[in-house]
Amino acid sequence: MGAPVVNTKDKIATRTAYGETLAKLGAERSDIVVLDADLACSTMTQYFAKQFPERFFNMGIAEQNLVDTACGFALAGKVPFASSFAMFATGKAWEMVRNSVGHMNLNVKIAATHAGITLGEDGATHQILEDLAITRVIPYMTVLVPADAPETEAIIRAAAEHNGPVYIRLGRPAVPVLPRGEKGVEFKIGRAEVLCEGTDVAIVACGVMVYQAILAAQELEAEGISATVVNMSSIKPLDKETLLRVAKATGAVVTAEEHNVIGGLGGAVAEVLGEEYPVPMVRVGLQAVYGESGTADALMKKYGLLASDVARAAKSAIAKKR
Amino acid sequence: MEQIIAQSPASHADLMERARAVRRHIITSTRDGKSGHPGTSLSCADLLVALYFGHMRHDPQHPHWAGRDRFVLSKGHGAPALYSVLAEAGYFDPAELSTLRRIDSRLQGHPDMHKLPGVEASTGSLGHGLAIANGMALSLRLDQSDSRVYALLGDGECQEGEVWEAAMAAAHYKTGHLTAIIDRNRLQIDGSTEDVMALGDVGDKFRSFGWNVIVIDGHDMAAILGALKAAHETPAIGQPTCIVANTTKGKGVSFMENVVKWHGTAPSPEEAEIALKELM
Repeated sequence: MGAPVVNTKDKIATRTAYGETLAKLGAERSDIVVLDADLACSTMTQYFAKQFPERFFNMGIAEQNLVDTACGFALAGKVPFASSFAMFATGKAWEMVRNSVGHMNLNVKIAATHAGITLGEDGATHQILEDLAITRVIPYMTVLVPADAPETEAIIRAAAEHNGPVYIRLGRPAVPVLPRGEKGVEFKIGRAEVLCEGTDVAIVACGVMVYQAILAAQELEAEGISATVVNMSSIKPLDKETLLRVAKATGAVVTAEEHNVIGGLGGAVAEVLGEEYPVPMVRVGLQAVYGESGTADALMKKYGLLASDVARAAKSAIAKKR
Repeated sequence: MEQIIAQSPASHADLMERARAVRRHIITSTRDGKSGHPGTSLSCADLLVALYFGHMRHDPQHPHWAGRDRFVLSKGHGAPALYSVLAEAGYFDPAELSTLRRIDSRLQGHPDMHKLPGVEASTGSLGHGLAIANGMALSLRLDQSDSRVYALLGDGECQEGEVWEAAMAAAHYKTGHLTAIIDRNRLQIDGSTEDVMALGDVGDKFRSFGWNVIVIDGHDMAAILGALKAAHETPAIGQPTCIVANTTKGKGVSFMENVVKWHGTAPSPEEAEIALKELM
C-alpha cells in the first residue's frame, strides 16, 4: 500500500479532543475527577468543569500539589485526571510523579497539554522537549502520545480503563485527522498503528510528527522510495513486535518526534533495535537544544521537523544500509 | 454506618503505658536494623498512640475498611514510630519490627503502602503528605463519607513549598475533616530549625492560610486527645485544623533528648540497653 492522502480541512487539537472526551467520560462514569492548575481554559478541562463542577478541582498555580492531591483521590478510589502544561505537570512536579504516582502505582492519569516545540510563541521555558524521557523511566508508568483527535478520544478512554499510572502527551495546535479508512481508530495500549507499508525504510513517529511522516512517505514515493509509516502512540509499553517487524522488512528506521532525540521515542526505539535487531537508524527531533519563540510552523521548519527533513533522514538511513 | 474502633476507649494511663511500649519498639527496631531515625520517632510517639489507640476509627483486621479514618505519615522518616504503633495495634506481629530496614523486610526505611498493611500512603520524600491527605479528604467528601483524614508533618518539613500549596488548597476547599499535626521538635538534620531556616510561629502561618490552629504540648496525652476532639468541632464549618504539637526530639530517652545526632542515628546495643531501662 502506498502513502495515504490526508484530509487537512478539519483540523482539531489533541487537547480539544481531550477536553471533549473528558466531558463525555464524566457523564459515563461517576468515579472520574479532574484537577487542573489554572490552565483549564487551555488544557480544555473547562468542558468537564462546566458540566461537573463538583468533580472539578482547580488547584491554582501549584503543580506539585496538583499531582499529590490527585494521588489522594486515587488512594480513596477515584480515577483522577490531572492536567496542566506538560512542562509543569511532568517537569515541575516530576518528583511527585516519580515518588507518589509511580512508586505507589496509583491510578492517576496525567494528561498534559502544550507539549513540545509546537507550543510556539511562549518559547523555551514552556516548550518541554524532555517529558517522554522523564516519564517513561518511571516504573509502572504508561506513556501515550495521540497523533490526532480520534486517537486522543481512544487513548483517553483506554487510560481511564487501565488501572495504573498513565502519562498522556497532548499538543496545542490543531492537527489533521489521519487517514484510516472505514475501520477508524483501533487503539490499544502497547499497540502501534501502521498507516502504510513500504519496503525501503520504516518511519516511526508520534504526535504531530505522524502527519509529517505521511507527507514524507508521499515525497519518498514520488522518488521511487517505498516507506512504512508507523504511528507509535504507545511509547511505553512500546510495540516491540511491530517495530521489529518493520525493521526486519525494511532494514532502516527513522524516528520522528517533537521531543529531544535523547530519551524519547528515538531513544526508546534505539533501545529495542540495539538489543534485538540493529539496523541503520536516524532520529528526527530536537537535537538536544532548547526551543524559542515563534509560530509552531516556523519552529518546525527551523528545528528540522518538517516532512522534507523526515524524507532526508529516510534517505540517510537507507544510505547507511550495508 | 458500621463503626469499628480498634480498642475500647483507653484511659490516659493506658495510653501512656502504650506509648512507653512503642518507644521501646522504636529503640529495639532501630538497634536491630542498625539504622533509622529514633529521635524523630520518639518525638511523635505520643501523637501516634493518641491517634491509633484513643481517637481514630480503624480496624487492624480489615485495613481497607471503607469507613476507617486515614492517617498519612508525611514525615516518612518517623517510620519506626508508625511501625511500632501498627504492630502494637495488631496490624502485624511486633516480632517483625526487628527486620526494620533489612533486605526483603516489609518495614522499609520509609513507609511503603504496598509492603505493609495499615500504611495508607507511601512517603519519605518530604512535603507530599498534606496534599495527599487533602486529596483523600476531598474524595471522601464526594462519597459523603464521614471519615476523617490526619497528616503528621515534621516541623523541618514545613520548609517544603508544597506544604503551603496544600495548606492553601485545604483552606480553599474547606476540607474541615482534614487535620494536620505538626511535630514541632525544633530540630532538623543540620541543627535547630530556627538556625537552618527559621519557621517562627508555624501556627501563625497556618492561621494566616485560613486554618484553625491549636497549640499543645505534644507529650501531654490529655492535651493531644482534647485537640483531636476539638478538631472535629472547628469554629468555622469546613475549616481544616492544624495542631502544633510542641515536642522534644528523642523524648523519653535522656541522652537522646534534644540532641540532633539522634535524628538519624541508630543506638548501639549498649546505648539501647540504657534507653530501654529508662523506658520501663
